Amino acid sequence: MTSIKPSRRSLLAGTLGLAGGLALSGCGSLGRDARVREWNLFGGGDGARLLQIHDKFVAEHKDIAFEAHTLAWGPPFYTKLAMSAAGGRAPEVATLHLSRLKGFSPTTMLDPIPVDLLAKAGITEQDFLPETWKRCLVDGTLYAVPLDQHPFVLYYNLEICKKAGLLGPDNRIKPVKGVDAFLEMLQAVKETTGKFAASVETTNPWRLWWTLYGQLEGEFFDETGTRLVLDDAKALEALQLMGKLAADGLTPKSSDYPSLVAQFTNGDAGLSFNGEWEVTTYQTAKMPFSMAPFPVVYEVPKYAGDAHTFVMPHQASRNSDDTAATAEYIAWMLKHSAEWAAGGHIPAYQPVVASQEYLNLKPQAEYRSVAPDVLFDPDAWFSGSGAQLQNEAGAAFAGVFSGRTTPRQALDQFKAATQKLLDTPSPV
Amino acid sequence: MAVQTPTRDQTGTPDAERRARPPGNGKPFTEKWGGLFFVAPFGVLFAFFLLWPTFSGLWNSFFNTSLAGVKQEFLGLQNWRDMFGDPAVWDSLKNTLVFTAMSTPPLVIIALVMALLANRKGLLGWLLRFSYFAPFVLPATVVTLIWVWIYQPGFGLVNGLLTAGGFAEIDWLNDENRAMLAVVITTVWWTVGFNFLLYLAALQGIPDQVYEAAAIDGANGRQKLFRITLPLMSRTTGLIVVLQLVASLKIFDQIYLMTDGGPNYATRPIIQYIYESGFTSYRIGYASAISYMFFVVIVIVSVAQFKLFSSRKEAGR
Repeated sequence: MTSIKPSRRSLLAGTLGLAGGLALSGCGSLGRDARVREWNLFGGGDGARLLQIHDKFVAEHKDIAFEAHTLAWGPPFYTKLAMSAAGGRAPEVATLHLSRLKGFSPTTMLDPIPVDLLAKAGITEQDFLPETWKRCLVDGTLYAVPLDQHPFVLYYNLEICKKAGLLGPDNRIKPVKGVDAFLEMLQAVKETTGKFAASVETTNPWRLWWTLYGQLEGEFFDETGTRLVLDDAKALEALQLMGKLAADGLTPKSSDYPSLVAQFTNGDAGLSFNGEWEVTTYQTAKMPFSMAPFPVVYEVPKYAGDAHTFVMPHQASRNSDDTAATAEYIAWMLKHSAEWAAGGHIPAYQPVVASQEYLNLKPQAEYRSVAPDVLFDPDAWFSGSGAQLQNEAGAAFAGVFSGRTTPRQALDQFKAATQKLLDTPSPV
Repeated sequence: MAVQTPTRDQTGTPDAERRARPPGNGKPFTEKWGGLFFVAPFGVLFAFFLLWPTFSGLWNSFFNTSLAGVKQEFLGLQNWRDMFGDPAVWDSLKNTLVFTAMSTPPLVIIALVMALLANRKGLLGWLLRFSYFAPFVLPATVVTLIWVWIYQPGFGLVNGLLTAGGFAEIDWLNDENRAMLAVVITTVWWTVGFNFLLYLAALQGIPDQVYEAAAIDGANGRQKLFRITLPLMSRTTGLIVVLQLVASLKIFDQIYLMTDGGPNYATRPIIQYIYESGFTSYRIGYASAISYMFFVVIVIVSVAQFKLFSSRKEAGR
């Protein structure tokens, strides 16, 4: 019995040899298809849509080995992307919020976009709004290709607003201008619902505050980006309005993101102040709703927002076939961004914005006019979607809704936190 | 074959003689160093994943090391000085200590009570043992998902009971004064099963004749509990307290998932601040310095704990 059994040593040696052989064959890259690995942060309704678009891309590109991975939104995504890029083993392409581009240390963590390959695939600078394109350049080099813009908008329940007498003859909400008209509109909705006028994420009200402050033409940093020049009077005005909304029962005093969605869905609130990305959620719920630009409450039309872009995170050695396939992927995604726009985002690629396919999207095309007035987050390494500055604002401003803090206290806390971030030596 | 395994000693030295001989003399290479080969796989992993990161962390704490891969410069003690002037470090350390102080006593006492209740035979004992331990096998994500719904105002279980009882609703996770308590309750529900298991094992290790003798001497149940059961389990209690303190000091998962450190940083533990500094803000050097400070705190707590227990034991003898 012992004689036919392999000895322990030969078994070990054999196992090692086998493992080595497997490892070697895994490394073989000769003669393989061009590979595009994509990382994105779309976990919601827009993520489901992205999967459908990706399926189409795969079906049309048999010669490209395509792999997409969705990671948790915000810090988990950016942390993983940063680490993969710092190690030089990043995916070929990833999504990135445009507001975070400069804070993502483009020179070390991103590879420049191959403009020539992109042009060959049919995408050039002329296809975008000049302001958007300019933001994708860092010291004259292109590091990102914009996919969309996603502003803060107004959702409205058609039935409730009709009862409240807020709809025009075309069944669209009548635009209001100025604080008084804004409050009147909210009051009318509140009387109709019997609960709230609007649902808003009070636990992180950065987008609402940044919209209001922007409409007051408030500045944040000076031109050098190193000094905080926040206008106290304007910041307080916006905060006081937010406090008043909650105190008068027009919005909840405390509501996190899932509650914001739930309150609008179940009719506790006839309006909702949020980014446009929940359109799929409400369509799935088959509720009567539409969307419009957020009201111009103060002087100028400004809407907090951001843009999703494609970037090529840093790889220690980039394969030219993969890069060409990546450029093809980016170009293809832009040309098919009308399908992406169905998820709520305004396409950045202008030929699609002008297309009938996009204009037919209701209510997604209703707020397309705000694209040039989208107000990006302040420019700093600690700023941008899901970054530290937004968290500090959320921590400080949530108390204004709940009544725990006065606008003055909240503003002081936020300014101190921002100053501390400014004083921290930049790690990028 | 397995029954009659011959010793693999190639020299054929009898066991007794070999033990008497000083080790390492004239033995073949494999016997002298053979043990090392068995330890080597673990040794390599230990060195690579624990020793090396530990020292590289200390090294990094003197540099402005950035995750973004920009060139790093030597800072000397600047990170350490910054840390002492950074209120967020001390606020979050305070939150960790508060959580530890709030969670450790119930996690020890409730575990003991549950063990006493479940230490019985039959179906009821089985049912109690099962239900006390069951939550422990759930992953953090599931536990927090369940409890976030339980705490939800409007339609959550806890607030439903409160309003049914005529009390006002409490927004547990968005109230600075209540959020930590909410996390502690969740943690107790989730992890008390482990301490319970240790206590149950200790209970079952107490010989029956001790109780028998006590019964003959006329001891009542109360006396048996305080004079026999608890003293005989004091070593287990010591072990549980140490393990629990260290586990509570490492709090991160539940808080990150339930409140993300909010509201207004009222629950942010030190490990979350280390994570935010190092990974979200890319400041690995600074995060390393805070980690080392926290490491010192854990060492101090553990040493104090050992001293306390050993001196108590000596005084008892």
